[in-house]
Amino acid sequence: MTVAVEIDDIVMPEQSRDVERKSFVQADKVFKAVIGFFAFLVIVLLVWLGLQLYSSSKLAFSSVGIWKFIEGSTWDPVTGVFGALPFIYGTLLTSFLSLLIATPLGVGTAVFLAELSPKWLRRMLQPLVELLAGIPSVIYGLWGIFVLSPLMANSVEPFLMDHFGFLPFFKGYPLGIGFLTAAIILAIMIVPFITSVSTEVLSTVPVPLKEGMYALGATRWETVKKIALPYAKSGIFGSIVLALARALGETMAVTMVIGNTPQISKSLLDPGYTMSAVIANEFTEAADAHYLSALIAIAFILLLVTLIVNAVARWLIWRTTRAN
Amino acid sequence: MANDTGELKRTILDGRGFSYWRRKTSNVFFSLLFSSSILIVLLPLLLIIGYLFYKGAASVNLDFFLHRPAPVGEHGGGMGNAIIGSLYVVGIASLIGIPVGLLGGMFVGEFPHSKFSTVVRFVADVLNGTPSIVMGVFAYTVVVLPMKSFSALAGGFALGVMMIPTILRTTDEILQTVPTSIREASLALGVPYWRTVLSVVLRSAKSGIITGILLAGARVLGETAPLLFTSFNNAFYSYSVTQPISTLPVQIFNYAISPYRDWHRQAWAGALVLVLAILVVNLAVRTFSRQKFEQTL
Repeated sequence: MTVAVEIDDIVMPEQSRDVERKSFVQADKVFKAVIGFFAFLVIVLLVWLGLQLYSSSKLAFSSVGIWKFIEGSTWDPVTGVFGALPFIYGTLLTSFLSLLIATPLGVGTAVFLAELSPKWLRRMLQPLVELLAGIPSVIYGLWGIFVLSPLMANSVEPFLMDHFGFLPFFKGYPLGIGFLTAAIILAIMIVPFITSVSTEVLSTVPVPLKEGMYALGATRWETVKKIALPYAKSGIFGSIVLALARALGETMAVTMVIGNTPQISKSLLDPGYTMSAVIANEFTEAADAHYLSALIAIAFILLLVTLIVNAVARWLIWRTTRAN
Repeated sequence: MANDTGELKRTILDGRGFSYWRRKTSNVFFSLLFSSSILIVLLPLLLIIGYLFYKGAASVNLDFFLHRPAPVGEHGGGMGNAIIGSLYVVGIASLIGIPVGLLGGMFVGEFPHSKFSTVVRFVADVLNGTPSIVMGVFAYTVVVLPMKSFSALAGGFALGVMMIPTILRTTDEILQTVPTSIREASLALGVPYWRTVLSVVLRSAKSGIITGILLAGARVLGETAPLLFTSFNNAFYSYSVTQPISTLPVQIFNYAISPYRDWHRQAWAGALVLVLAILVVNLAVRTFSRQKFEQTL
């Protein structure tokens, strides 16, 4: 008995060490598989999102026809006529208009932060710019309704009509709500995205390049113009495209100041509607299946557009920052 | 040929005009332009925060935090139920967003150069840029339609899905800053890999990961669009997962577009509380994590 026990004692540790080593390896494999599974869930999520929206919008696409749905300029849920063009027009117009305002400001701010300001000032100002991105959309909307909109109606829009009224863009009535007000609110909201990514990209410009330029006697502006901006060009462009994606999908603030009128108007002072706004406003009212499906179809188009725009933006940014 | 000489002439002329004085002035001009652009960018921030205090501060009192909304025409009432509702929905969202984001982020951060990680990172970035209203529609079709009712769960699902890519990417970035030598030291002591990640790598990245989670929470706390037709609204206190629930952003929106002056006042008060909550989390997290960071350096 005692001998057997002794032999067991000698043999066991060897065996158990083997077993332990095996379980070591197995535990690591299991661990890697588990965290890998959760990472994979992110891909599943995107595919699921796309399929779910597609299958829910099929009814609208099949009953109206995809092109007719996109081209149709009449949106009348009561009679069951669904044309999404006024919303697509509103989304594109407000987004590009806001880019027009936000791009020079955002890039200018980025150049200031990355190239001009002393470090302590940049440390103080950059969080402030990022705070702008942290303010919820609905707060911008609230401020837009009660502060910006009256300001537009009382001074900005009358001024534009008096001095530029001969242009088709500034005709109509100074309502204070419409494409222009929405674009201004959007511009304020997307500037931080342009600034923070552009600042980051500008910071990757190799210092020796800039030093070389200064050594040749260049001024700061010449260095920015000839070295920093060309080097960071595609990253900055990426940040603008990223901001475009944000603008395209932005909902609450736009809903609150655009006027929610499904019309295609050349005048920036006229009220309009956007894709996200119509979903936000009418989703809970959509009683019948066709109406609901038409709204989900708009969401699906919005998803596709932002997916493409985002992918392009990420690729552009990745291309410039990858060198470091 | 003629063209070439013309170009040459122009270059020489330009060269002559390119005087020291002119270069100096253009430098000053553009420096001023860039400096003024940041002032224009920060002006709205100042105006918005200023207006929030100016219009909202007077209405933020004890009633505001303790009471539920009063009917139209009645004075008083508050957003107590909306504040609790917001925390409730963000709580549900965290149950979905934190585990998936954290564990997925661990994989991407631990194996940063694998092809799979690159794809996941890209997809997460793209998901991050998906409009929040689209996430709301998604949650509607996935949760509200089968359950046949607006619910806190649907709102939490929409926000949770939005938290995943944010948490995944911050976890990823922070894990990558953890030095390899720490991992190697642990492995050399015979600690299995999974234990190394959980007890050594995660511990040294703890404050950064918590920062990421808090920022993701603060971000979805202010979301309105995905909640409009998922968690919907509720005039009463509600603690049920399957019932509609009132949230602060949705309440602000409903009050802001209402025609009643008293509700506008409440909307400003709610907005002030919401923004302060989000800004406090942001600032606290930033200063806290920077201190930590500087300590470890």
